[in-house]
Amino acid sequence: MPDIFEITLLSLQVSALATIVSLLIGLPLGTWLALGEFRGRAFILSIVNTGMALPPVVVGLVVAMTLWRSGPLGDFRLIYTPWAIIIAQTVIAAPVVTGLTAAALASLDPRLSLQLLGLGASRGQMVWTLWREARLPLLAALMAGFGSVISEVGASMMVGGNIRGQTRVLTTAIVLETSKGEFERALALSALLLAITYLINLALTWVQQKGARR
Amino acid sequence: MKCLAVILISAFCLLLFACAPKPSNPNLILATTTSTQDSGLLDVLIPLFEEEYGYTVQTVAVGSGEAMKMGEEGNADVLLVHAPSSEVAFMDAGNGKDRFLVMHNDFIIVGSASDPAGIKGIDSATDAFKKVYEAGAQFITRGDDSGTHKKELALWKSAAMDPAGRAWYLETGQGMGASLTIANEKSAYILADRATYLANKDNLQLEILVEGDTSLLNVYHVITVSPDKWPKANYKGALAFAKFMIAEATQKIIGEFGLEKFGQPLFYPDADKTDADLGL
Repeated sequence: MPDIFEITLLSLQVSALATIVSLLIGLPLGTWLALGEFRGRAFILSIVNTGMALPPVVVGLVVAMTLWRSGPLGDFRLIYTPWAIIIAQTVIAAPVVTGLTAAALASLDPRLSLQLLGLGASRGQMVWTLWREARLPLLAALMAGFGSVISEVGASMMVGGNIRGQTRVLTTAIVLETSKGEFERALALSALLLAITYLINLALTWVQQKGARR
Repeated sequence: MKCLAVILISAFCLLLFACAPKPSNPNLILATTTSTQDSGLLDVLIPLFEEEYGYTVQTVAVGSGEAMKMGEEGNADVLLVHAPSSEVAFMDAGNGKDRFLVMHNDFIIVGSASDPAGIKGIDSATDAFKKVYEAGAQFITRGDDSGTHKKELALWKSAAMDPAGRAWYLETGQGMGASLTIANEKSAYILADRATYLANKDNLQLEILVEGDTSLLNVYHVITVSPDKWPKANYKGALAFAKFMIAEATQKIIGEFGLEKFGQPLFYPDADKTDADLGL
């Protein structure tokens, strides 16, 4: 397979970008859900937690219907581009990051934030300190978010179209090789996907454990 | 504890015997192409077969490439596929026992009404492909080794053109329905089987541009997986299914399938013909 490098690179780029966007959404949103006191908080949390179990094909279907020419965002011509995959994967990963962020911060001692404020910390400083305090579970949230999108196939297939040289990623390539009956190639690609996921998680775990010892 | 297990197991065996239909091995794995499944034909035929012969059919709808691979590795009992040249190779390699001509439908070249390459109404599929190539108009290929994909490649070959790697030649690696949707979104040309096109027509703005050429025939054969190579394959069931597919009553149902809904049949029964009649 000559395009294997290209496919792998696209997989990484797309999933990394989707994870970063999910982090930008999930970290503040999860913090707000964990620390805020307002009506409907439990309801929103339950929605987010359900979102953590969103089936990728369902996300793919809805995003595809939105991005199709006949859909409301059809004029942007995003369907069957890597951007479409990034959007769908963000929808998948954002609830994971949000929910786990909320859980990580909620598990901190509630007196900590009161004490920080009492010591004269600004709200921003307080949140920053809480994030530092909860950095281990927050890194776990990041890993879970990345893991949910790098391994996802249903949405990538539907909104990306698995177009060779444009939107073919590792998971959709595995589906294709399987459907061709090229089981060895499918297995080789699977091994590559697992190896990459492992290396990334190894790096993140290393950062996490280093943080733990400090 | 042991006593209870014995009772349970004997009760289970009794239950199995009580419900067991005629065949000794009632499970039959049919590997077929997505096109027969997507058209809905199998939803009509398989219940009839199951009722008549007492088998439970497990239909695995994949590309012809994977279907034949399943047969080759003994993971299926019977195949219903449409890739004649690969099928001949499959039989020559001793992977199959019987092979019968079942039916055909046809491929069509569809595209948007704007027709940038100007192929509408051309009789020869090869000429139409040449024009698409010369115009460099967007063309969607399945690229999944399916029967349809192989047909498309054969047409490029007979047009003496090689579109591989061209920017306008997009490979989706997906099934017919999904690929048609992509062609629709991109206003691209695509080779499709008529059944899937008709079944999806309401969601598409694609028109039939080229049809009727004998090189566009899509011929289905039923193949039983060789029991000599795979003794575990359910050959009895496979043969029963193959015979069922070419039986007169079934052939009549095939010929009438889709007539009511689409105004034209989706498949043409061919059990009384030979490969040569269809130009194979």
